[in-house]
Amino acid sequence: MRILSLAGRRLAASIPTLILILIGVFLLLQFAPGDTVDAMMAQMGGGDAATAKELRKFYGLDLSIPAQLGNYLWRLVRLDLGFSSIYGKPVASVILERLPPTILLMTASLSFAFFFGLVFGVIAARGVNRWPDTLISTLGLIFYATPSFWFGLMAIVVFSVYLQWLPPGGFEDIGVVRTGIWRALDIASHLVLPTLTLGLIFLAIYLRIMRASMLEVLNLDYVRTARAKGLDETHVVTRHVLRNALLPMVTLIGLQAGTMLGGSVVVESVFSLPGLGRLAYESVVQRDLNTLLGIVFVSALLVITVNFIVDLIYARLDPRITAEG
Amino acid sequence: MDLTRLEINRRTALLTSAAIAANVVNPMRAFAQETPRKGGVFNVHYGAEQRQLNPSIQASTGVYIIGGKIQENLVDLDANGRPVGVLAESWEAAPDGKTVTFKLRKDITWHDGKPFTSADVEFTAMNMWKKILNYGSTLQLFLTAVETPDAQTAIFKYERPMPLNLLLRALPDLGYVSAKHLYESGDIRQNPTNLAPVGTGPFKFVRYERGQYIIADRNENYWRPNAPYLDRIVWRVITDRSAAAAQMEAGELHYSPFSGLTLSDLARLSKDKRFIVSTKGNEGNARTNTLEFNFRRKELSDIRVRRAIAHAINVPFFIENFLGDFAKLGTGPIPSTSTDFYPGPNTPQYPYDKAKAAALLDEAGFKAARGGTRFSLRLLPAPWGEDISLWSTFIQQSLGEIGIPVEIVRNDGGGFLKQVYDEHAFDIATGWHQYRNDPAVSTTVWYRSGQPKGAPWTNQWGWQDKNVDKTIDDAATEIDPAKRKALYAQFVKEVNTELPVWMPIEQIFVTTITAKARNHSNTPRWGSTSWHDLWLSA
Repeated sequence: MRILSLAGRRLAASIPTLILILIGVFLLLQFAPGDTVDAMMAQMGGGDAATAKELRKFYGLDLSIPAQLGNYLWRLVRLDLGFSSIYGKPVASVILERLPPTILLMTASLSFAFFFGLVFGVIAARGVNRWPDTLISTLGLIFYATPSFWFGLMAIVVFSVYLQWLPPGGFEDIGVVRTGIWRALDIASHLVLPTLTLGLIFLAIYLRIMRASMLEVLNLDYVRTARAKGLDETHVVTRHVLRNALLPMVTLIGLQAGTMLGGSVVVESVFSLPGLGRLAYESVVQRDLNTLLGIVFVSALLVITVNFIVDLIYARLDPRITAEG
Repeated sequence: MDLTRLEINRRTALLTSAAIAANVVNPMRAFAQETPRKGGVFNVHYGAEQRQLNPSIQASTGVYIIGGKIQENLVDLDANGRPVGVLAESWEAAPDGKTVTFKLRKDITWHDGKPFTSADVEFTAMNMWKKILNYGSTLQLFLTAVETPDAQTAIFKYERPMPLNLLLRALPDLGYVSAKHLYESGDIRQNPTNLAPVGTGPFKFVRYERGQYIIADRNENYWRPNAPYLDRIVWRVITDRSAAAAQMEAGELHYSPFSGLTLSDLARLSKDKRFIVSTKGNEGNARTNTLEFNFRRKELSDIRVRRAIAHAINVPFFIENFLGDFAKLGTGPIPSTSTDFYPGPNTPQYPYDKAKAAALLDEAGFKAARGGTRFSLRLLPAPWGEDISLWSTFIQQSLGEIGIPVEIVRNDGGGFLKQVYDEHAFDIATGWHQYRNDPAVSTTVWYRSGQPKGAPWTNQWGWQDKNVDKTIDDAATEIDPAKRKALYAQFVKEVNTELPVWMPIEQIFVTTITAKARNHSNTPRWGSTSWHDLWLSA
């Protein structure tokens, strides 16, 4: 019950933020020259002015900007995200179609980055300034410094073109119809390279944070007490150090859920995944305002949800932080 | 850029195109031992998804590459660029040019089993080509009615004479027929059939997963005997050009049309025996790089300044070092691939001559101030291709040398069109002019005055010339082909003299296709055609 009321309060508190974000994005897009009809003309390779006028009326672009904004917000109140001009169907259904690949990719990369970041961070901290630490830190720096589109392309060249182990792109195999577990495995094999590409940068961040926070906690008095009690080293690390060292990592997940949604634009383009990031990019280029605002809305909801879960995990990790905080 | 490597590329590419040319001339010799093989899936790179797939209401290569396999046109172009009947069997124009009669092929059915008749042609022409189709609405402006005395006859009635050679060269692009029974009721633009097209073509639409792929399967009831050969065509949506090149190499793609890969990947793959990289089969999709002048800038309204700018840019150097084989020196708005209208290179030209450029600017009264600056310009490049980006930087550097500093302002597609053709917020702009086999389709609008504000790729320069307007209008209704050709030669001479837009580079799209493909690139607009004879060798 307490959790539910907390969730309710959190959501209520984020509504003003959400509305501000939506209005901000709406106004920002008005500054971009051209509208969705111009974008359509660009795609068609020409068209006469009468047609353009007719289309503007059809898309409701002949109204003034405040009227358009008002219409949009009024529709939003009724939970209607509007109609997408590039897809010719409701924005809600367009986004719903594109959500699964993005969520799958995000969850997979976050888990990958979190798990290996944690393991490598602990190993590096345990062997600080010795060869495992140097090796891991150097690798981390390389991952962190490499742009993800380059990583993606190189992964395709190595694993798909030369070794031919993994598919070079797409969400699933089109040639064969698969069901159940086989379909899941097929999708998984398509997601390996994108997950690695998106996850490596975050892995680098996590392992550095983990290493630093492990080193800090290892020097605290209670760790010395634990050792003095005669606990063996594994016990000290897993039961006492790790739990406290995890707090900054968890904070970071909350902060980076949003960044990851942004980073998926590049990865989705390189691997031709039909996800939210590519949809967002396309809506900007095509000036499809409704779709873009819909994506902002859904992304904001996603980030709020992730942060809410992070808050719950906090309370679990450190009983001193109550959910009330 | 590495010059020696480019030399090798050029030679390889030349040899490749020579080899293909030989095959087209004598296909029996090249593939004598091979008999066409049925079956196989052909995977096509699809770079930019469109809002719909029906070529009767949108004239663009992004639609033809898919819709052109499912729906068919009345007329297409043969290997030599001559009109050849598809849904139309024969045609005839009345001597006054105001009536054109098409005899349609018998016993053709739509993919849903209904018969194809002249009523479909009448409906499409009056409701789609005349009202919605870009460039179609201009072409068919004076179309008053399509009469259908019987199911196999469609008589096009025009208010003003319609040159038959214009109509026949425009119809391959602007003459795709849609089924009347599917579009009769409701708004044509919102018809769900636009995203699940139904046609008479060799391939039947199967499904479209937005952002992923489109599938079409063999039409078992296709009217041409023994066609098509392929079982299935899959278009894969890949927006990243480098990723598409990698997918070609991984064997996931067989064909990347319309210069869909980066220039460096094209050069690299042209050396790979598994692929053919060539401009062959794209002659009908010629384009020229432009330099568009805004006459609202006082300096640019002086013809000496425009000529000076043209003289200041070393076009052959740019082509040789940046575009290689895929481009050549242009001589005006009508490209040399257009055998019916090309007036030859003897129209006013502006060869590279820096001293002359400086002299012209001095003469016009724009002497270099202290620091060498005469005046500065804002250049808006279109975002359509790598070549435009390179070309705009080259313009910037060339003009900088004669004392005209240039600021480059980049936009995306919608922004570029809005700023240049609607708000006129540019000094000079550069993009592509698409030539569509007859100057009256999409070329003369770049020069004819009276274009409504906001119409993209039209005369928005604030420039008007009575003689040019008259030549354009005369040519549009001249039904004698020889006289029409002469009028267009005069047109090129006039606009090259006045230079409201400079078109100094000619390009044809580049095709990358698997070496296993047979009967490919055998017509001037092959990427857009139906592929009824395309097959894959084992």
